Amino acid sequence: MSKRMDTGNAACALAVKAANVDFIAAYPITPQTTISEKLADYAAAGELSGVYLPVESEHSVMSAVAAASAAGSRTFTATSSQGLLYMHEILHFAAGGRLPVVMVNVNRAVCAPWCLYADHQDSVSQRDTGWLQFHCASHQEIYDTVFLAYKVAEKVRIPAMINYDGFLLSHSMLPFDTLDQETINRFLPPYRPDWKLHPQWGGTFGNVAAAAEYSAYRNTLAEDTLKAADVIEEEARAYKDLTGRWHGGMIDVQGPQDSDVFLMSMGSMSAEMSLVAEALQAQGIKAANLKVRVYRPFPGAALRQALPQNAKLLVFDRNLAYGHEGGALLMEARSVFYDSGKAVKIAGASVGIGGVDLPAAMLTEKALALLEGLK
Amino acid sequence: MNEAIKSVKLADMPDYELVKSGTGGCAGCPSPMGLRIVGKALGPNSIMVMTPSCAVASIGVMPKSCYDVPVLNVCFASAGASAAGVSMSLDAQLKSGELTGEKPTVFTWVGDGGTYDIGFQGISAAAERNDDFIHFCYNNEAYSNTGVQRSGATPKYATTTTTPAGKSAQKKNVPLLMLEQRVAYVATASLAYPQDFYRKVMKAKSIKGFKYIELHAPCGPGWKFASSDTVTLGRLAVKSGAWLLWEGEHGKLTLNTPTKPLAEGKMPLTELEDYLKAQGRFSHVMKSPQKDAVIDEMKAEIRREMDFMLGREKL
Repeated sequence: MSKRMDTGNAACALAVKAANVDFIAAYPITPQTTISEKLADYAAAGELSGVYLPVESEHSVMSAVAAASAAGSRTFTATSSQGLLYMHEILHFAAGGRLPVVMVNVNRAVCAPWCLYADHQDSVSQRDTGWLQFHCASHQEIYDTVFLAYKVAEKVRIPAMINYDGFLLSHSMLPFDTLDQETINRFLPPYRPDWKLHPQWGGTFGNVAAAAEYSAYRNTLAEDTLKAADVIEEEARAYKDLTGRWHGGMIDVQGPQDSDVFLMSMGSMSAEMSLVAEALQAQGIKAANLKVRVYRPFPGAALRQALPQNAKLLVFDRNLAYGHEGGALLMEARSVFYDSGKAVKIAGASVGIGGVDLPAAMLTEKALALLEGLK
Repeated sequence: MNEAIKSVKLADMPDYELVKSGTGGCAGCPSPMGLRIVGKALGPNSIMVMTPSCAVASIGVMPKSCYDVPVLNVCFASAGASAAGVSMSLDAQLKSGELTGEKPTVFTWVGDGGTYDIGFQGISAAAERNDDFIHFCYNNEAYSNTGVQRSGATPKYATTTTTPAGKSAQKKNVPLLMLEQRVAYVATASLAYPQDFYRKVMKAKSIKGFKYIELHAPCGPGWKFASSDTVTLGRLAVKSGAWLLWEGEHGKLTLNTPTKPLAEGKMPLTELEDYLKAQGRFSHVMKSPQKDAVIDEMKAEIRREMDFMLGREKL
């Protein structure tokens, strides 16, 4: 283990280099680009265990990594914003094909108009492609989540997307700790699938299916995505036992577990939100920060368990759910507590769209206004 | 041109059948006919990458497949990148010792829609990177799988369901673009010349890097001819000059027989009209008062193409 001072993208590339990745395909897009560049440097220096394919578009990126995954490789790519949207068709293919691809999406607003800065519209709009979605709030969490994502994705055979906010995390310099290779290998051994697209194994992949078989495949994916929540909790605990590092399982509640008010968000905002919880506590309000670490599967069970009776849940979305009053997290939070037997009052707001700055003081004011509205 | 790979008689080709009985293709479909030859040349240690096409629609419903080798059925624009992904994954696993033995031949089997149009970017990029696989385009000159709509490979004047009055634009020439990308190997082929096709597939198999082979694939339902006439149409296309047989390595072009003697005037061209009237998609031309002018225009285009290729061969 060693301490580093570097960008979020550098933390990501370091973790990918250490994760025994066999195949990387990449296409540049701001603010992800420096991950692809750093991995190309590692490949050129002979420091990567796998191969690196620089392709000509994000659609081809995902076509290449999905195919390489089917052929038996542990695969990686990174993208942002329009790049993620351009992959959309193959995101469905990778999930339907149960290919445990791991991809980093450095969150960035989508056009029009063009905007380079962070919000979650890109990843939230890929919600129903069948991918697991992690969100990170720190460089340390980026580094650690790479190993967790591979472990979980390969165990449940569902691709995983690791999200973190463009520039706020991707380009800022912060300290983080790496792990020694032996520890990494113990948590994440090399990938050895029990089937490969290869004449030694035989079989076809992605064949035409009749309705009954097709629906069985897709219903199984839906069930297994829900079950992945338990695997994520289990593997996050195993990672903690091995390394002492903890960023939460499906969610992470920071502050009194019996709080009256819970401040829910995901991404870098949830780091800022711990200051908001402190500010509310200073005003005599018992408040806790509630970080959503996993957006897909949605942490329904974890939320129902974490929130006490009569709690107030304030939801801060960095996305817009067009045609709905409030963002995606707010919509799903309400759905989780409907008929849950728990009286939880819920209010929320969409903030920080297009990278609008979210200082704690502003978020505190917003939280107080939302609380006022719940009275 | 490397002549190490000699012509093999049909009877001397391997018994191996890549296409099993039970393919859902139409009677006389050129796709399984072509794939049979491909299978004999490449053998069972192969991996096929396919994109939406008649060849996928006729594979059989899961869990059945009419193809003997592992198949990856990817999305429409994915052939170039996905074949590259499979090939490089094999390279990585062979290097690390995860896999042992001879590297399977990775090849795509894609129509003209997946090659000329929606998939062109990915294939052109794989060619530029010199990724190690063979791209096969079986060119039936239309989107036959979706019911015969125009493609970038549909010749001028041909009717399709989206060019009911005949196509007004010239077709693209993707093999020529591949030649000018100086790929490791590029060839055109015809079902009427299976020995030539077999030799070209064997040649492609022997070369590391990006290989492109385009098979002219007359489509009975699409072009409106009897299912027994697929090979006849293919032969008429070559002998009339509507389809040229050639191959190239790293930009060096060689015209093949009979295209070369036809182009050089050492062998008489079959009348283009014989080719056009043997199918229904040009019937409006044959009935038109402008018939002679249109056929003259087509012949002039063939002559231009032949002169161009004769000159290009000298470079």
